[in-house]
Amino acid sequence: MERPLKMVSNHLHFYYGDFEALHDISLEFSENKVTALIGPSGCGKSTYLRCMNRMNDLIAYSRMEGELLLDGEDIYAPSVDVVTIRSRVGMVLQKPNPFPKSIFENIAYGLKVNGVKDKSKIASKVEKSLIRAALWGEVKDRLHDSALGLSGGQQQRLCIARALAVEPEVLLMDEPCSALDPIATQKIEELIHQLKITYTIIIVTHNMQQAARVSDITAFFYMGKLIEVNYTNTLFTRPKLKQTEDYITGRFG
Amino acid sequence: MANTRQIKDRGMNVFFFCIATASITILFMISVFLFMEGLPIFKVVSVKDFIFGSYWYPTSDPPDFGIFPLIIGSVVVTILSAAVSIPLGVMSAVYLAEIARVKIREIVKPIVELLAALPSVVIGFFGMVIVAPFLQNVLDIPTGLNIFNASLMLAFMSVPTICSISEDAIYSVPTNLKEASLALGATHLETIVRVVLPASISGISTAIILGMSRAIGETMVVLMVAGGAAMVPASIFDPARPMPASIAAEMAEAPFRGDHYYALFATGIVLFVFVFIFNIIAEHIAHKYRQVGEASL
Ligand SMILES: Nc1ncnc2c1ncn2[C@@H]1O[C@H](COP(=O)(O)OP(=O)(O)OP(=O)(O)O)[C@@H](O)[C@H]1O
Ligand SMILES: [Mg+2]
Repeated sequence: MERPLKMVSNHLHFYYGDFEALHDISLEFSENKVTALIGPSGCGKSTYLRCMNRMNDLIAYSRMEGELLLDGEDIYAPSVDVVTIRSRVGMVLQKPNPFPKSIFENIAYGLKVNGVKDKSKIASKVEKSLIRAALWGEVKDRLHDSALGLSGGQQQRLCIARALAVEPEVLLMDEPCSALDPIATQKIEELIHQLKITYTIIIVTHNMQQAARVSDITAFFYMGKLIEVNYTNTLFTRPKLKQTEDYITGRFG
Repeated sequence: MANTRQIKDRGMNVFFFCIATASITILFMISVFLFMEGLPIFKVVSVKDFIFGSYWYPTSDPPDFGIFPLIIGSVVVTILSAAVSIPLGVMSAVYLAEIARVKIREIVKPIVELLAALPSVVIGFFGMVIVAPFLQNVLDIPTGLNIFNASLMLAFMSVPTICSISEDAIYSVPTNLKEASLALGATHLETIVRVVLPASISGISTAIILGMSRAIGETMVVLMVAGGAAMVPASIFDPARPMPASIAAEMAEAPFRGDHYYALFATGIVLFVFVFIFNIIAEHIAHKYRQVGEASL
């Protein structure tokens, strides 16, 4: 992995109360690469992703051990400002969650809370983000309509545009296409290809073909453990472990 | 078999229709009665002089029937109590729903709801015996029974309702909306102000309406602590005589179907219109903020 490391987790353990949801995860994410996290439901992919922008801080009875480094700095260090971390590490969830505001306001929101005041700058950023998320053409005449009037797929691309607007360095995507039709899915996959020029992307997916299409590196999780990680090509063609092979070929029992 | 069920069903419809009609008819008759007993005063005094007249001396000779000081008393007390109860209620709700730990919320919420059950006479008593002497001493004013005290007591009547219902609305804002905001680098406070409150504004306005409607026609508290002076107040530390207090205090001594009696009923009409307008405005505001989608209550 020749590129500099953007994020690194060292011996990460995560607990919901007494239940250990993640067990000793050590994983590296290189800059400008797409890493896919795969594994059966409940294996801890979302939990892991939510550790990376400290979203799990909100869960009162949870606890994390180990290190998570962003550009070599531990994001869980006491001196770190969690708000800054979250604007550097963006997130898109499985279920689109637009604010009950206008399309424009949805995207301007992140800019405003990050201190951008200049109206024309906000407007141009909104446009740019919508173009990048392949949504501009569909919404440019109704920017001030409620975002809740968009279709599910459009809402999802809006959420991606919203995350892009604040220009994070890392983009976490948790099953971003599970609610989308094949055309919208294709658009988002194309988008991921473009985005990786500027961002480091970590994507959770249940779709093996999608993992194979969009990612450079794939990590296979099972029951809170990292089982195998490798270049996507290698992992899908010559998996080292039987468990991995069973899962990617659908013979998982 | 099907026939008896149909008959039963039809019987039920008629039964419910009768019940509904009865309650509406009774309310309607009360309104008619109110107008019948109130309108005759306008043979003695014009509508304009009644509403805008500044002197309320119903028992002197010749009597003055100007309820302007009473109207002002009601309006000022209502506005002031809203100015206290809305921020207090909504901010407590934000604290309980968003900031307090789960344990604290579980303990405090039922207590707040219990406070809503305090009888108004108890609140009035508290205002009279504790708050009034305190105000009088601390602010060095002639009487602690005044607009400020009454507004405060009315606010305490509304706060539990406003707090409890707003809390429900705020608490039910979906977690994924809050997470979306935090994930974009917003602080907790920004998330509350810019996402959580707007998403629950419809529930909060319902809470405010329900809370205030408990205070707006309230009689006992204003009778006990507003001070009872039928003058246009010059400051919020002056005593006042809101409309319900005037009606309750004077009805017993007003001769049956005399001018004073009619004037009190006419005051009732004005109060009725006052509350009616409040309800329409409240309804309108609640409707305006009603949102479609998952964030609405
Ligand atoms: N808030 C929570 N409280 C307690 N346990 C939780 C919580 N969230 C997740 N878990 C548990 O942690 C484990 C991992 O969950 P997680 O959501 O990370 O799985 P996942 O791999 O994302 O699954 P899926 O593919 O279905 O989204 C599961 O066993 C789940 O039951
Ligand atoms: Mg998940």
